[in-house]
Amino acid sequence: MSYATSLYLTGAEIGLSVSGLVLLLVTAWMGEKAGRGITIAAVAALFGALFFNVSLFDGGAAGVAFGGLFLADGFAVFAKSLVYIATIACLIVAPRYFNGHAEYRGEYPVLMLFNAVGMGMMVSATDLMTLYIGLEMSSLSSYVLASFARRNEKSSEAGLKYFVLGGLASGIILYGVSLVYGFSGTTSYDGIRAAFTADFSTGAMFGVVFVLAGVAFKIAAVPFHMWTPDVYEGAPTPVTAFFASAPKVAAVAMLVRLATGPFGGQVEAWQQIVIFAALASIVVGALGAIGQQNLKRLLAYSSINNVGFILIGLAAATPEGISGVMVYLSIYVFMTIGSFVALLMLRDAEGNALSTFDDISGLSTTSPALAWCLLALMFSLAGIPPLFGFWGKFVVFQAAVQADMIALAAIGIAASVIGAFYYIKFIKVMFFDEPKGAAPAKAPVSHWGVLALSVAVISPLGYLLTPWLGNLADAAAQALFYAA
Amino acid sequence: MEFPILSLMLAVPLVAAIACLFLNASSARMVALFATLIDLALGILLWLNYDIGGAQWQFTERAQLFAGFQYALGIDGIALMLIMLSVFLMPICILASWDSITKRVGEYMAAFLLMEVLMIGVFAAQDLFLFYIFFEAGLIPMYLIIGVWGGDNRIYASYKFFLYTLLGSVLMLIAMLWMVNEAGTSDIPTLMQYDFPVGAQLWLWLAFFASFAVKMPMWPVHTWLPDAHVQAPTAGSVILAGVLLKLGGYGFIRFSLPMFPDASADLAWLVFALSMVAVIYTSLVALVQQDMKKLIAYSSVAHMAIVTVGLFAFNVQGLEGAMMVMLGHGLVSGALFLCVGVIYDRLHTREIARYGGLSINMPKYALFFLLFTMASVGLPGTSNFVGEFLALAGIYEVSTFVTLVCTTGIILGAAYMLYLFRRVAFGEQKNADAAAMTDLNAREWAMLAPIAAAVLWMGVYPESFLAPMRQDIAALETRLASVAPRYDSALDEGTPRENAANYVEYEGHEEGEH
Repeated sequence: MSYATSLYLTGAEIGLSVSGLVLLLVTAWMGEKAGRGITIAAVAALFGALFFNVSLFDGGAAGVAFGGLFLADGFAVFAKSLVYIATIACLIVAPRYFNGHAEYRGEYPVLMLFNAVGMGMMVSATDLMTLYIGLEMSSLSSYVLASFARRNEKSSEAGLKYFVLGGLASGIILYGVSLVYGFSGTTSYDGIRAAFTADFSTGAMFGVVFVLAGVAFKIAAVPFHMWTPDVYEGAPTPVTAFFASAPKVAAVAMLVRLATGPFGGQVEAWQQIVIFAALASIVVGALGAIGQQNLKRLLAYSSINNVGFILIGLAAATPEGISGVMVYLSIYVFMTIGSFVALLMLRDAEGNALSTFDDISGLSTTSPALAWCLLALMFSLAGIPPLFGFWGKFVVFQAAVQADMIALAAIGIAASVIGAFYYIKFIKVMFFDEPKGAAPAKAPVSHWGVLALSVAVISPLGYLLTPWLGNLADAAAQALFYAA
Repeated sequence: MEFPILSLMLAVPLVAAIACLFLNASSARMVALFATLIDLALGILLWLNYDIGGAQWQFTERAQLFAGFQYALGIDGIALMLIMLSVFLMPICILASWDSITKRVGEYMAAFLLMEVLMIGVFAAQDLFLFYIFFEAGLIPMYLIIGVWGGDNRIYASYKFFLYTLLGSVLMLIAMLWMVNEAGTSDIPTLMQYDFPVGAQLWLWLAFFASFAVKMPMWPVHTWLPDAHVQAPTAGSVILAGVLLKLGGYGFIRFSLPMFPDASADLAWLVFALSMVAVIYTSLVALVQQDMKKLIAYSSVAHMAIVTVGLFAFNVQGLEGAMMVMLGHGLVSGALFLCVGVIYDRLHTREIARYGGLSINMPKYALFFLLFTMASVGLPGTSNFVGEFLALAGIYEVSTFVTLVCTTGIILGAAYMLYLFRRVAFGEQKNADAAAMTDLNAREWAMLAPIAAAVLWMGVYPESFLAPMRQDIAALETRLASVAPRYDSALDEGTPRENAANYVEYEGHEEGEH
């Protein structure tokens, strides 16, 4: 294993780290004016990483780097591409938002870049040490991003809350990691798997549970979801869009790799935990959203709800299930980015966000294009065909049925009807009610661009992508199960 | 590869729907009318080119566009007739909304055209999941039609409609996933011949039943229907009663019966029981309604119960009768809602007591209304007579008791419909504003006359409609023959007597001996 190969396989991370460091220097020298230019540079760096990543996949270069600490396989490439796409989308829409608040600084894109590096490491980690470093790198930049609107009390509160609770979750993971290490004698995924297959004691079980609990916090699965609504509401909207998409993809991918890799020999040990978390997330995510008036809080509960469906695919613990998870994540990223960008565009002439149901009532007459886009997004999130969100649910439920978990599938899908209630409330407010407040102001072209792209993907046209997406996701899932 | 007429029928309204979103009111109306008329013309072409007695599935199209399921279209005679019903009613719906819808016309027309795409898609889909997508997608435009353009209590009605039907349908998806996993294909014609394990059939049947019973709607899950009907705009009610309710019946005849014959036979008693309750109960409820649309809505539930009874009679008469009731009811209840719409547009109330004596100032209207009332009652010579007679004849071979109850429902049907007609059209002109209403205009003529013609055609010469379906219904009966349940009027197959009944035993006396 030469260093050249290792460096080649980690090329995306290295490239992003170097650009992050360079841009950090540029920011330091050029001050606040450079924000926009640095954002463009950061987007370019992420595009570069994305293409490099895809070229790795085309080359079929699955390989271990740095002596088993880092793995670039089909799964990692798939997840990283999603992460980069989501990060790019969130960066594109950010400057305009903060310019309204005159707080945009070059640090923002730099933090996003470091976050992307951390997320890349999370999904590629094949050693608990790499995993933890990636996780912390991503989390620490997230804490700062959450409080980026410094003069806004809610944003600061969100940052602090996220930091304290995130720190706790990291501590739980670390404790779990130490238990796993103690009982298996190694931090490498392959080593842990071998050790646990030979002997799986109660202590090791505790380690697994602690690790899973910590990860459940990161993906905002019930019962570790409490922070989500507050943080999502308080953080600046572009940051919320980011939290709901990229880190969630990375954390789910990390969880999937953990569950099928080191803990893959002990499926029954974690399966029931995942089943519980899945059903609880679906139900709590749906019920919690019903009373919400604030749109960002509502979408926070919606993301909890979606995590539940994603976990159903994982609970199946089959290659089909993992493939379903990846398909769901891909669709979820576009739905989430689309809905948050639409929220970003809901601002009146003075730049104040229209953030509650009252503010957007009658949106279909004041701003029809935006209302129709939101309609498509909401029906898609609710999983109503022919919108593409249905396909995500379809594949995970299909996997669950194939794995003979019919009760899980039936309960999950029946609970999705509860969720449909608040999604159609969104549409009711926009379409059935009379306009009350001001019409939203004209939104910048960049926002329309991102929104149009997301809506195009989640529209019925998305079904034309299914063969391609399905193959990629199957290949990604196979990568995990071949390694196992 | 023959001409993809079914895809074209889907594409025309779809393109028009997208166009309508960007057009102003008057051009949106024209585009919508034009597109639905093209689809009607295509539908007629479809019917003319349908080879009666030919292959079971015709005009098939296959394309491997998606992962997991196919873009597969094709029709048999049953689907053909229901597609004809849809494309026939659509231009009439557009005409019905011509003047009464004034706000957001483009979006309204787009929703209706989208509805047409989805209805044709449901009947033409040959892939289980494609069917599900079309089936469920119908919720979106209907939710908007009720919610945006509906009456005062539209929000409650739209929520109820949406959540009720969604809850009914999602379990069907799980059942479909199981079936496809078991059978290894999502192709509907193949699945119709596939023998699922008898134990599993029960659960699958129940999952499908949950969906179709809500759509149908059967008692006791019918409560969304009166709300949705009352609040929907006229054309929305026409589509709901005319076509959407038929999705439930179509589901039974396409999925439940051929795919799960054993479970259908085992649970036929359940269907009979619910249908008997529905016929009597909803007829009585209809009798006391003060709101015209609600009355017709409840009558729909009663008529649909005749459909379910006919379907589960497991014989040709019952199945053909059920199909004819569906077609006839689609026309007649649609026409009745249009009749209500005509006077609602003038007086803006659906309360029966606000009208009276309309045959004096609106004689032409009263004539049409009378024709459709009689058709709804099942007068010989109209479409519903054919269907109801066949359905009841079919069920008589199975159970005289069910027939007795259902026939009572027909009598009650005559009672509430004639009572309605008397209060609206006969008697004295109590209300000055009702008395001042003008008779039908040309647009309303154009709406009602074609339906009247179709109702009479179906009543006088039903063979045109039965012929395309005959082969498919015979095939279904063959599939069901082995499991047909036995009830009280089934003939007992005893051992035949050795001799004729008037045989006198020859006692061996010699001739002339006494």
